[in-house]
Amino acid sequence: MTLTLDAPRIFQTKPLLSVDNVSKSYGAVHALRDVSAIAYPGEVLGIVGESGSGKSTLLRMMNLEEIPDKGRYTLDLPDVSGNLFDLDRFARRMLCATRIGIVYQNPHLGLLMKHSSSGNVAERLLVAGERSFATLRAKATTALEASEFPLERLDAPPIELSGGMQQRVQLAKAIALEPALLLLDEPTTGLDVSVQALVLDTLKRLQQDRQITMVIVSHDLGVIRTLADRVMVMRRGEVVEAGLADQIFQDPQHAYTQQLVHAKL
Amino acid sequence: MTLKTLTKPWEAMSYGFLDGSAKREMRRKMLKSVAVPGCQMPYASREVPMARGWGTGGLQVSLTLVNPETRVKVIDQGADDSVNAASIRRFIARVAGTPTTMDTLKADLIQSRHRIPEEVLSEDQILVLQVPNPEPLRPVQPNMSIARQMHADADYGRMWLQLYEQIVRSGRVMQGASYPSLVNGRHVMTPSPIPRWDVPKLHMAKHLTILSAGREKRIYAVPPFTRVEPLVFSDVPYKVEDHAKLTCHRSGATGFFMNEIPQDDGSSTHEVSDSEWGVKAIRVRDGEKVALGETWYKDGEMPQ
Amino acid sequence: MTAVLEIEGLTKAFTLHHLGNRIGAFSDITFSVDAGEFVLLKGANGAGKSTLLRTLYRSYLPQAGQVRFQSAHGEIDLARAAEVDIAHLRRTEIGFVTQFLTARPRVSAEAIVAEPLRLSGVAPERALEQAREALELFGVKPDLWQAYPTTFSGGEQQKVNLARALILPQKLLLLDEPTASLDAKARAALVTRLAELKSGGAAMIGVFHHPGDVEHLIDRIVDLTPDHFVEKDHTDVAV
Repeated sequence: MTLTLDAPRIFQTKPLLSVDNVSKSYGAVHALRDVSAIAYPGEVLGIVGESGSGKSTLLRMMNLEEIPDKGRYTLDLPDVSGNLFDLDRFARRMLCATRIGIVYQNPHLGLLMKHSSSGNVAERLLVAGERSFATLRAKATTALEASEFPLERLDAPPIELSGGMQQRVQLAKAIALEPALLLLDEPTTGLDVSVQALVLDTLKRLQQDRQITMVIVSHDLGVIRTLADRVMVMRRGEVVEAGLADQIFQDPQHAYTQQLVHAKL
Repeated sequence: MTLKTLTKPWEAMSYGFLDGSAKREMRRKMLKSVAVPGCQMPYASREVPMARGWGTGGLQVSLTLVNPETRVKVIDQGADDSVNAASIRRFIARVAGTPTTMDTLKADLIQSRHRIPEEVLSEDQILVLQVPNPEPLRPVQPNMSIARQMHADADYGRMWLQLYEQIVRSGRVMQGASYPSLVNGRHVMTPSPIPRWDVPKLHMAKHLTILSAGREKRIYAVPPFTRVEPLVFSDVPYKVEDHAKLTCHRSGATGFFMNEIPQDDGSSTHEVSDSEWGVKAIRVRDGEKVALGETWYKDGEMPQ
Repeated sequence: MTAVLEIEGLTKAFTLHHLGNRIGAFSDITFSVDAGEFVLLKGANGAGKSTLLRTLYRSYLPQAGQVRFQSAHGEIDLARAAEVDIAHLRRTEIGFVTQFLTARPRVSAEAIVAEPLRLSGVAPERALEQAREALELFGVKPDLWQAYPTTFSGGEQQKVNLARALILPQKLLLLDEPTASLDAKARAALVTRLAELKSGGAAMIGVFHHPGDVEHLIDRIVDLTPDHFVEKDHTDVAV
């Protein structure tokens, strides 16, 4: 056993995101069991686990796409209060559109494949009420540029783009409104290794330039290791272990984490 | 209560073709649609002796609203004398005994497809528009249950996105007819397949407009003095069709919405789309004394 | 002199579930380090020198003991501190210097070195300026400053890494063989910089393959007696 981390705190940083004791079952299947997670402002929280561990369900809940059977979800932001799981559909939609960005593994979930790439980004701004064409175009271009999308393909529909480029469009859409929270669901899974490295690099840059709080879900430890400051290991709907990224990778405590880390190394 | 007490005695004919309960439902739905401008209300849409898609929605509204004194005008593509318009007009007159007219100024009720007359409608007139596709969100959201939620949430981002895409692809907004418009600052409606030219006529109009889709079973309305704003970007102004400078080759009228008539030599001439307005112009030219109403457009421009 | 760091009864063992093993690294270690003091860790291979450094940095979680650190925000036990506090301290007060650079594609050498300054609020221009000075000190040629260190040789990468790790004056520096495979010029630069930081009040704990490199900096030597052992722990047999 290691020591409990119960020393009095010396920094009074409050978490931006707190998920408390969330449970969700689908019939007899427990997708999540009393899961809690926090992310501090500017921090990257990595969630690892194999498929079926509940990590993606948890992320969808953070995007309010799914509501748990019980649990609390709060974001420490101006004008945002209470348990976000209790918000009505309208408030939920506005919150997600303006404060939370998400990148899905499957670009079909996040993009209109036949609309232009810039239009996909502009949609976010339109939902938030932007009504000037010139501004839409300029802001969409800026966001695409920040996600290192080649601007000569600005108006190409995602269906004509490679997988890596589609992820960049998703990313641009996610950051267009400068959200407080960026959620990434296996953002590089299925991409070629070289493309994967470039997309990860873009994410890393964005994180450093904008100090954006991120939650990244992946079964790939390499991805988590590259990006995360803190790591949460999930298995069968429960949190197995959580800690600073270097600690989880260098000194994993739980048998399952050790197995994961050693399988990778 | 037995089925017998509930069933009305057989009648050879009901006034205005529709039976009493059908008309009562229509009236209720019309009142609802007036109460929430631009919001689509579902209704039963009874059978009428006409194929769905030929104006059955408009016809049911007209048949419900008429009484023996209502002067009815019916136009199709601006013309009173096209087959469909003439048939509907005759049908209403036959089953409701209403007088008919072609003069916009004299009509109490105008049923129309594709056009709003060029003469300004007044407080005591009702415009009934036949609508083929009442759902403005259909092109962006094929799932109608989700589309209804989007209306409820005023979630119209996708509508704007459609305009954005048109400008990106073609350099301008390509939407011709059925230009999506925000009613009373709340609901986006499709103003039936009227040209862009006619949409500003609905904005703060004195008359009541009822739009009805028989096949889709939806009714909605623009009450008098209600804002109707076409969706436009703040820096890309709304443009009507470029007809202001065109002259009608038959009546000589200029500054109105025109039909293009292709000629054998490849060129084209134009004639006023609102046929009765053209007829009036010819009669004035021939020296007849004709009452001309005020027009929405003046010298091809719509005054703000 | 006041102690910046007081280590008391610190114990670290690794539990390897798949072997059912518990491997002790060190146990019951007690010593303290004052501000401006340089402590050299000594001991045979496997004595737990690097492990101790990593435990102090909290890359490893200890089993017992206290690590009282006098931070600018008050005393805190690093062995039990919350992760968020540790993350904070690592950015501002506790540095870990190794020979290895964490690869960061497409970031220039000077940007990598300037980053800790930027994060601590130094203006970007000023930070870059200081970064270039540091790179120069460690003998990285100016034509490499704008290049990406991922493409550098191991030796050059190490210089960039040292420049970065030592650019901010920190309260506590943990040095894990920073001189390994450095050329003479860079080694001299490192020693100069360490001396500078030491006289500025930084407490240092170091592991050196050739302690001779830093001989004149050493104030005290702590000998970690080798007590490497493997013991069967039946309560911890793999699940």
